[in-house]
Formats: sequence, C-alpha cells, structure tokens
Amino acid sequence: MLYGGRLPAPTNNLGKIIMLSSKHFFLLPALLTLVAIILFPLLFTVRVSFSSWDVFQSGLDFIGGSNYVRVFEDDRFWQSLQRLSLLSIISVSLQYTLGFALALAVWKQVRGGRLLRVLFLIPMMTTPVVMSVIWRTVFHESLGPVNDILSAFGIGPVPWLSSATGAFISVLIVEVWQWTPFMFLLLLAGLVSLPKEPYLAAAIDGAGTWRTFWQVTFPLMAPITIGALIIRLIEASKIMDTVYVLTSGGPGTATETSSYYIYIRGLRDFQIGYSAALSLVYLVIMIISLTIIAKLLLRMLVGRDE
Amino acid sequence: MIKINKFIGPASLLALAVAAASPAIAKDYTQFGIQKDLPGTCSYEAIDAKDYSGRSLNVITHAIPVIGEPTALHAEQFAELTGAEVNVVHVPFGDLFQRIMIPFQSEQNAYDVLFYASLWIGDFNRFLEPVPQKYIDSTGMADVTDSFTGVATWNGQMIQYPMDGDRHYLKYRTDIFDNAEVQAKFLADTGSALTVPETWEDYNKVAAYFNDRDWDGDGELNYGSAEVAKRDDLMFSAFISRAAPYAKHPDVKGGFFFDLETMEPLINSPGFVRGLKLFVDAQKSFPPGGNNFGLGDEIFSFGGGQTLMSYSWDDAYVQANQADSRIRNMVAAAPLPGAGEVWNRDTGKWDTFATPNRAPYMTWGWSSAVSSMSEEQDMAFDFLCFFSNEANAKHDLQIGRFGVNPYRDEHLDVDFWKGQGWENKTAESYVSTLSDMEQSQNRVFDLRVPGVSQFMSSMANGVAEAMAGQKSAQEALDGVAKEWAEITDRIGKDRLREAYANVVKLEDNEG
Repeated sequence: MLYGGRLPAPTNNLGKIIMLSSKHFFLLPALLTLVAIILFPLLFTVRVSFSSWDVFQSGLDFIGGSNYVRVFEDDRFWQSLQRLSLLSIISVSLQYTLGFALALAVWKQVRGGRLLRVLFLIPMMTTPVVMSVIWRTVFHESLGPVNDILSAFGIGPVPWLSSATGAFISVLIVEVWQWTPFMFLLLLAGLVSLPKEPYLAAAIDGAGTWRTFWQVTFPLMAPITIGALIIRLIEASKIMDTVYVLTSGGPGTATETSSYYIYIRGLRDFQIGYSAALSLVYLVIMIISLTIIAKLLLRMLVGRDE
Repeated sequence: MIKINKFIGPASLLALAVAAASPAIAKDYTQFGIQKDLPGTCSYEAIDAKDYSGRSLNVITHAIPVIGEPTALHAEQFAELTGAEVNVVHVPFGDLFQRIMIPFQSEQNAYDVLFYASLWIGDFNRFLEPVPQKYIDSTGMADVTDSFTGVATWNGQMIQYPMDGDRHYLKYRTDIFDNAEVQAKFLADTGSALTVPETWEDYNKVAAYFNDRDWDGDGELNYGSAEVAKRDDLMFSAFISRAAPYAKHPDVKGGFFFDLETMEPLINSPGFVRGLKLFVDAQKSFPPGGNNFGLGDEIFSFGGGQTLMSYSWDDAYVQANQADSRIRNMVAAAPLPGAGEVWNRDTGKWDTFATPNRAPYMTWGWSSAVSSMSEEQDMAFDFLCFFSNEANAKHDLQIGRFGVNPYRDEHLDVDFWKGQGWENKTAESYVSTLSDMEQSQNRVFDLRVPGVSQFMSSMANGVAEAMAGQKSAQEALDGVAKEWAEITDRIGKDRLREAYANVVKLEDNEG
C-alpha cells in the first residue's frame, strides 16, 4: 500500500529483503538487456582474444596472452592507429570550424535559411558506402569529373587516389563533406537555445561582432562544443566504410585505419582470436584517450575538470 | 534470396501424357534461354525426369552478376524442372569466405551447395562431400580439362565440382601491333621491331612507348598498360603472373611459393623480387590512377579501349569482343610474357634462357561443392551437374558478365568462338593461348593451403608497399617472408606441407 506516493520504510529484516528483491525485480529487464547487448559480446570477445581461433582452429582453446604480445609487436596496427589519430583530429577540427561557421550563418535571419538547413543536412543523411562509391567516381583520375574540371584550368591530373597524400586528402574531404552537417545541426541547436541577455549586455557595452563572438557566443557554446567534438571523435575513430570503398587502405598502407586493419585480420584473413585482441586493445586505447581529450577540452573551454 | 516454387499442374500432367503416347521426339527447352538441349548426363531432359517436389536446396554464391547471375538463372530452371525449392543467397566477394566458413566451424548445416573461389579448397576441404562416382563418370565431367580436374581434386579425391576455368593471359590491341605505319615508327624510334612482348621487360618497354599518346586517334589520350594493382582487389594474382617466369624454373621441382621439404618461404627469393621491381616500374605506363585499379577498372580500361595491353582473366577479352564494343575484333590473346633469366634456387644463380621461360598461371577461378553436412546431397549434386551441363555451359560462356570461362576441351574450339562473331585472329589466338596453357609443363597454381587468405593478404600488402614507394622490392618481400614464416608456425608446418604437396603435384605434373 502506498502512502502519499512513497513506500513505507520497512520495519524488520524480512521487509527489507522483500523491498530489496522487488527493486531488483524491476531492474531485471534493463539488466538483462545490458547483459545481452553489451556485457555478453564484450566478455565473449575477451574470451576469444585468449584463443587461437582462426581458419583451422575453430574451438575456444586457451593460448594465454600470445595474441596480446603479437598486438604489441604489430607495427602495422600501431601505424594504422597513428594514421587514424591524425585523420580524426584534422577531420573533426575542420568539421567543427565549418559546422560552426554554417550554423552562425543560418542562425541569423538569412534569405532561404530553411532551404539551406535542409541542403546542409543532405550529406549526413546519405549512406556512407553509397557516397564513397560516388566520390570514388568523382576522384577517378582519368575518367572522373574533378580532374576534367581542373584540366580546364591547366591543373593536373591530380593523383587523388593513387598517391599517399592524395588518397589521405580524398578520405579527409569525404569525411568532412559527410559529417560537417552533423556538427552544423548540433551547434545550430546550441545557438538557438542561447539566452538573449548576454547579447543585450554586450550591445550596451558597445561590443562589435567579433568581440561578441569570442566573449559571449563561444564561451556560452562551450558545453555543446565539447559534446559535439567528443561524439564526432568517437565516430571518426571508427572510420571503415569510406576507406574500404574509396582506397581499400592504399596506396600501400597510406590510408589504412585501425578499424579497416582489424576488419582485414578478422574477416578477410579469418584470424578471429587475434582480431579480438586487436579490438580490445583498440577499445582500451580509445576509452583512455577520449577521456583525456574530454578532460582537456573541459579545462580549456570551461576552465574546470568536472 | 530467391525463392522458387513449382507445382506440377494439370497442364504439365497432360503434356506428360501426350509425350508418353507420342513417338520419341526431343523436347523443346528453348524457353529456358538455351539454343537447344544437348545430350548428356544432366541435360534438361534428364533433369526434367526427376521429381524433387517438397524438397529444398540452400545455395550460397557470389553477388550478381559474376557467378551470382548464372546461379540464380540455373536455380530457377532447376526448380521449374524438378519442383524443388531453391533458395539462393548472394554474397559480395569480401564476405563470401567467412559466410561459408562460420557455419562450417559452428557445425551448422546452413548451405547445401557452395560457389566460391577454388583456391579456398585448402580451408574448405574438411567440410566438403566428395563428388560421387556417377558424376565423375558423367558426360560433362569426362570433357573437363586435366588442369581443372586437378584444381577440383584434393588428396586424390574430387571434392569440387568444376564449373569454370580461369587463367591469366596477355591481351593486346591488334589494330596497333599489326599496323605497318606504327611498326615502322616504333622501329625508327626504339631501334627494335614491334612484336607481342616475349618478356615482362619487353612488356614494360612497349607499354612505356605507347603511354600518354592518342594512338587510336579519338582525341583522348591512351595508355600503355591496365593492371589490377589495388591492394585488396585481387592484385595478388597480378603479381604472381608477373613474378612466375622469373621464379618458376622448369628444371627445379618441389615448390614455387615454399620449398616443400623445409617449408621455407621463397617469396623473397630473387625471382619474386625481380618480378616486383618490374611491376613497380610498370606503373609509369598505367592510366592516371591506374595503381588504384581493381579488376572492374582493368576490364573497363582495356575493354573500353583506353589501354594497349592488359593481362588478367577472360572478362576484359570477352567484354572487348562483345557486339557493342568499339574495339571488337581489334584484340588478340597471347601467353603471359616470360623471362630471359630465371632464378635457380638449387644452384643459387640466375639461368639464362635463349627462348624466354614461360610459367602460365592457372589463376584460381570459381568452383562449386556440396557440403558434407547437407541432407540433400543427391539433389545438390544433380543441381551442380545441371548447372554445368553441356547446354548451360555453352550458354554461360557467351555472356561475359557471368564469369564462366572455358574449362572443357569442347570449349577450346575456334569455330564456337567464331560463331559468336569473333574474327579469325581474335578466336584463334584465344583458343591457342588457352590450349597451350593446358599443355604447359611449367604451370603455376595458387597457394591452395589452409590460411591462403592470410598468405595472399600479407603478400598483397608487401607488394602494395613497394608499389607505393614505402619500401624497396626486397624490403617489402622480406617483410612478407617473415610474416609467411609466422603464419606457417601458427597453422603448423606439417599441416601446411601436407596441403601444399597437392599444389606441388599439379605444378610438377605429377597428378
């Protein structure tokens, strides 16, 4: 029986146990879901990572930490991680800068603002694989339109996909094109929700546009900025489909990212045990580095750790 | 997934009754798209006589069109003829191996019939049902060439059902090579006659000369060579084609990729390194972006008339000679270029050959098999026998996108190809090139061992690093050899040796 919407405090031990059990009972569905979709796959991956499961050995045998030792000796994995870090930092920085600029442009009343908002969102709504196929055609060096257009100005042919730098830049362009709208959307939502009073105060103080941006808008947007950057860094660090379709990690290993490398080892080479170890090492590195980045951003933009 | 059901209706029963009462007249099966039913063990008529109503067959195959399209077509026909339900699952190439292997490893009877790359036999053999004797004795099987019977065989037992025959060979533009003016200019400019390249050095030289010129006069630049050079898109096969004549010595037996006795990798031996250096050098004659060309790009580039020469499977050749091609009958086939010097690992020296050494590469290709877990093995083998019956095989050969290439002696018939509208040289050079490969005593086969994907992936990565200038040819292949030794240790030297012996037997003409 409920009294005033609150449960009565149990008066004896039995009551306390029943109370506790009923609480656990109500938590059970959520707990089971958590176990099924997060904990079980994670624990299973941990178990697989200590096995030699590959194309010939299919059982979950136990080989100790051999796969982990191999990960630490695998130069190709560490190089792919460095490449991924560079790609993520550059692409997310560009996405943030462009996304913020576009959000500011649409925030203020401009002609055709609604249409622009829809147009800006189109890249984000397309399937990455489909868009990568289209971009691969666009960047095709002898048959694609980009080199055709550039040749009209006497430039090229530019080795978009066949040189290490060109391929890296091509992947970067596709990433920025596809995910800038996401930044735009988050930052625009933040701008729309900003209070008006600080702007009135700035106007009374005679602050110009530039000063208002740096001293009012930017600090007020700090929490949204941190959230947007972290979300995009997490997503960018998983880049796989664009690389797979656009460059297959080449030329050489110039655009091979960690996820693509793990895919090759796991699903192409069928080294299931080893790829599980790679995935877990990668997961740990991501958790640690993104936690550090989040703290640094908080300190830089908000001036505190929590 | 395609689900096909057939119920024999009153009309069919009436037709059967009429047929039984009439004198023996061959039935007309042209509604299935074939010119006519051809006599054979699994002809349309023979399969039509079977009744598999109420039974179903699960088939896994490649995505449409290559192999996937003929699978879907013949599954539909088989269902109509027998009343069976045939479920076809199409999977992209990159996923096909794991989609087959995971059910095998977890002992699930997911598919009765499998279409896959024949080089995976080293991984799949444990899970495949040997082809029953009655199919080995079938009319279609009797005509399969020795090479492709060998490709289907494992430890002396046929476990794959042949339905395709693939090899790499050279394709070149006859309107340029046979043009007297071009020949004279080439002679004047280079001091040597323009001939079909006999060695890979010649190939690179001719490709470089014709690169970046509008030699077909269409106002667009043309290029020397189109090759499959994209790391994860079958580039490993292109590299094997280029390295084979330098590394496969006709007098040295006992392994091309490994020394069969010691199972030491030979991939960084001087023959392979020479092949890689020439592959790297050839890049300057590729079209722009050519070092990122996958198989589709290569087919499009040569088949579309952009490049002078190419080498790979039959697809580009068939495409170039289709009725709507602007270079139809302007192409010819030739053996892969050879090598004037061949590495002899027995003596540790280069041997010089007056006539270039050729090492034709019987490049994997598609195959099919029946799972040993299947509960419908009789129907599954009937389906494969029907898939590759005489009429279907001839039909499929004529459609480039189907990916079915000659694998029977009757397919190596000049008149058959001339019947497709090919002119004399186009047809004759094609048939003679393929036939000569069958006769060669110095052929190279794929590394058909457990973990072949790991070996090829490692090799492709090393080659790609050299192609991109990240490493020298020797450094790159040393890295590959180190990885191969590690893979060998992981899979087990004895296990690999036992499997590799099957490959060596084919290469050394012992089985």
